[in-house]
Amino acid sequence: MAKSSAIKDAEALLRSLRSAYTATPTNLKIIDVYILFSLFTGVIQVVYMAIVGSFPFNSFLSGVLSCIGTAVLAVCLRIQVNKENKEFKDLPPERAYADFILSNLVLHLVIMNFLG
Amino acid sequence: MAASSDTVTPSSLRLAFGNVFSLFILILIGVLAFSIRIFSVIKYESVIHEFDPYFNYRVTQFLTKNGIYDFWNWFDDRTWYPLGRVIGGTVYPGLTLTAGTLWWILNSLNIPLSVETVCVFTAPTFSAFAAWATYLLTKEVKGAGAGLTAAALLAMVPSYISRSVAGSYDNEAVAIFALVFTFYLYIKTLNTGSLFYATLNALSYFYMVCSWGGYTFIINLIPMHALLCIVTGRYSSRLYIAYAPLVILGTLLAALVPVVGFNAVMTSEHFASFLVFLILNVVGLVYYIKGMLTPKMFKVAVTLVVSAGLIVCCAMVAVLVALVASSPTKGWSGRSLSLLDPTYASKYIPIIASVSEHQPPTWPSYFMDINVLAFLVPAGIIACFLPLTDASSFVILYLVTSVYFSGVMVRLMLVLAPAACIMSGIALSSAFGVFTRSIKFASIGKQADAGDNSDGVTQNDVVKPDRNEEHPKEKASRKKKKEKENVEKAPIATKKSEKRLLMLPMEASVVAILLLMLLGAFYVVHCVWAAAEAYSAPSIVLTSQSHDGLHVFDDFREAYAWLSHNTDVDDKVASWWDYGYQTTAMANRTVIVDNNTWNNTHIATVGTAMSSPEKAAWEIFNSLDVKYVLVVFGGLVGYPSDDINKFLWMVRIGGGVFPHIKEPDYLRDGQYRIDSMATPTMLNSLMYKLSYYRFVETDGKGYDRVRRTEIGKKHFKLTHFEEVFTTHHWMVRLYKLKPPKNRIRGKTKKSKSKSTSTSSKRSATQKKNPWQ
Repeated sequence: MAKSSAIKDAEALLRSLRSAYTATPTNLKIIDVYILFSLFTGVIQVVYMAIVGSFPFNSFLSGVLSCIGTAVLAVCLRIQVNKENKEFKDLPPERAYADFILSNLVLHLVIMNFLG
Repeated sequence: MAASSDTVTPSSLRLAFGNVFSLFILILIGVLAFSIRIFSVIKYESVIHEFDPYFNYRVTQFLTKNGIYDFWNWFDDRTWYPLGRVIGGTVYPGLTLTAGTLWWILNSLNIPLSVETVCVFTAPTFSAFAAWATYLLTKEVKGAGAGLTAAALLAMVPSYISRSVAGSYDNEAVAIFALVFTFYLYIKTLNTGSLFYATLNALSYFYMVCSWGGYTFIINLIPMHALLCIVTGRYSSRLYIAYAPLVILGTLLAALVPVVGFNAVMTSEHFASFLVFLILNVVGLVYYIKGMLTPKMFKVAVTLVVSAGLIVCCAMVAVLVALVASSPTKGWSGRSLSLLDPTYASKYIPIIASVSEHQPPTWPSYFMDINVLAFLVPAGIIACFLPLTDASSFVILYLVTSVYFSGVMVRLMLVLAPAACIMSGIALSSAFGVFTRSIKFASIGKQADAGDNSDGVTQNDVVKPDRNEEHPKEKASRKKKKEKENVEKAPIATKKSEKRLLMLPMEASVVAILLLMLLGAFYVVHCVWAAAEAYSAPSIVLTSQSHDGLHVFDDFREAYAWLSHNTDVDDKVASWWDYGYQTTAMANRTVIVDNNTWNNTHIATVGTAMSSPEKAAWEIFNSLDVKYVLVVFGGLVGYPSDDINKFLWMVRIGGGVFPHIKEPDYLRDGQYRIDSMATPTMLNSLMYKLSYYRFVETDGKGYDRVRRTEIGKKHFKLTHFEEVFTTHHWMVRLYKLKPPKNRIRGKTKKSKSKSTSTSSKRSATQKKNPWQ
């Protein structure tokens, strides 16, 4: 009894999640795909590390942190360009993208330096 | 700027005037911060101070001479003989790189300053920067008025002056600026939610990591604040932008600094930030989903996710705890542990405990170092709670943690100083705000503005210039606020009644303002006194005031100069580790141990030698290839921090590694004494002999002016050492190891039969001594 209601709840939840998500604008969806992709790359690296070992530790670290960093920066960008977000009403999207590019530049310069 | 618009002319004109005025004040504060710190140059000379700065100076010299790449790969063979030390990988490079860059810029501008001059003036320059950074930080928290007050307070807070007078060329000099600036950028990001500032924040954190080991304070404080925000339900997407990029970028950048390296992800000091990063991501996701769903569906989702998520969380935490617990020190370094558990160092690491600046402070030192700020801080905390914003909660958290740390170690009083200045700045500024407002409204309401201005001017004439300037400034900030309120078109009536509530009787507020100014004046007087008298002594040149004028003791430099002129370049000099940096930097001779203290055994070897009898000591020193032994002796002139006073630490540290050195042997009934009641072990130790050799010839009695007693053993000869140089005031004494005697058969036999006890002791030493 309890189990079936839980499943029903989960189904309803998924449905409403999907319907809510379809309403998001396309550019946000693209960013979401980008975030998921970079997270997925990070997971692959972690799995690889678990199998093969983390010998050039700086390479592993820079690889994984580059993925997480990219994802985090993209999340920040998504927060900023999201029109529903009231906190960033007066922030033009151009500024948000410029900031995003700058921080990515810094991030990847550091990573290139650290990759060794 | 003011002429551009005519609709809002009066207020914007006032605003522009306020901005220019505050810029002017900031420049003056910078000048003040710089000039209050050059007492040491005026009273003494332009010289590097103390111990660590000499090492930094030497590194800077190397950097400017050989360039950055050689600097990273520098293996220093002139210290820790015969081990040597990898300088590039074990030093926080921020300070030296800063000074090196400054020197390089100045030289490429054809301003031919010497490296030493640049080093001497780095600290005052950066204290001006720190004052500006404090202004920015406090402005983000409580407005420009509080910012200017805090900056003025920081410019002359004695605690910070003690670490940043001209010549005090140490990491803290630039680190405090970096610390405050990083906090400012964090708050700025938190207030604006701009990714640009988040990037800058990470870069400034990088500079802090380069500069000082205290960066762990930042990487623990900011997560604490983020956690606090989450727990108290103040999560916002701005918090995410301020925190998440900082952790990722900051960790990567910290790992770039060789001395930190993989520690940035391997030690417990940094784990808090990762944990909070995870929590923040989860919380961010939850808030996002909450925004998407209807409240009812969200409740369903929560019940589903919580039951599943709890299990995963428990597993994760268990793994993490197991990982941390598996390492012997629980992943914490000794220095951090001694912060968390104040008794840790005295129990396990005598070398940390032996440094006087690692001791807990006494109450008077709080009054000495932050003076009236100690009383203003509570008021500042209250002011921060009305209203409590993200920024002000951060400042409160900063204050509370730094108060704790300053209670553990005297040295960390320095971290408290900016927090205390910010709090006091806020307190003073809001107090002035209340009082001046009540004066303004008590006089006729219509003439408020004019009356206010003239009021401010007449009152301010009395006191010091810096106080003078803050005052109108904070009015400007209030005006800004008022203008904002106008824009919001808040009903004026309620505003007025609100202000009426905060009103005090006119007389009371005038008296209160005068009292506050008196307090400020007292603070200024104290700071100037501290800067001029207490904290400006370079400690390599000493002065003493006596009835027949000023005496200057320049013995240290005399001795180092003697060494550099009269000994061979490759000779090794043994001394207690305090003088290692100075010997390498000033005399350019190889030393056995220095202030870096990275190898406890090596230091213990020197400590053992100093506390052994002459022959055993000679053997230890000879095995280390030592040619000269340097001791610092203050008995003649009454210089209290000499080697005899440090001797018990040598015994303790030596005994910690070589158990045949026992502390009780050197104490008579638990008392440390060097007079006729002293133990024979004490009187026969090398340190005693080298310090008091020929001492009786000075006054015929051998009266030690530090210990205020006559020494125990007055007439003795040295068998294995010979005195080569003693400085003018006997403060530094240099001895040379006698060459080993030829082995004449009868003589060796004789000495063997004579001192069986010493030879047995020697064999014990030989076993213990790792260099044989």
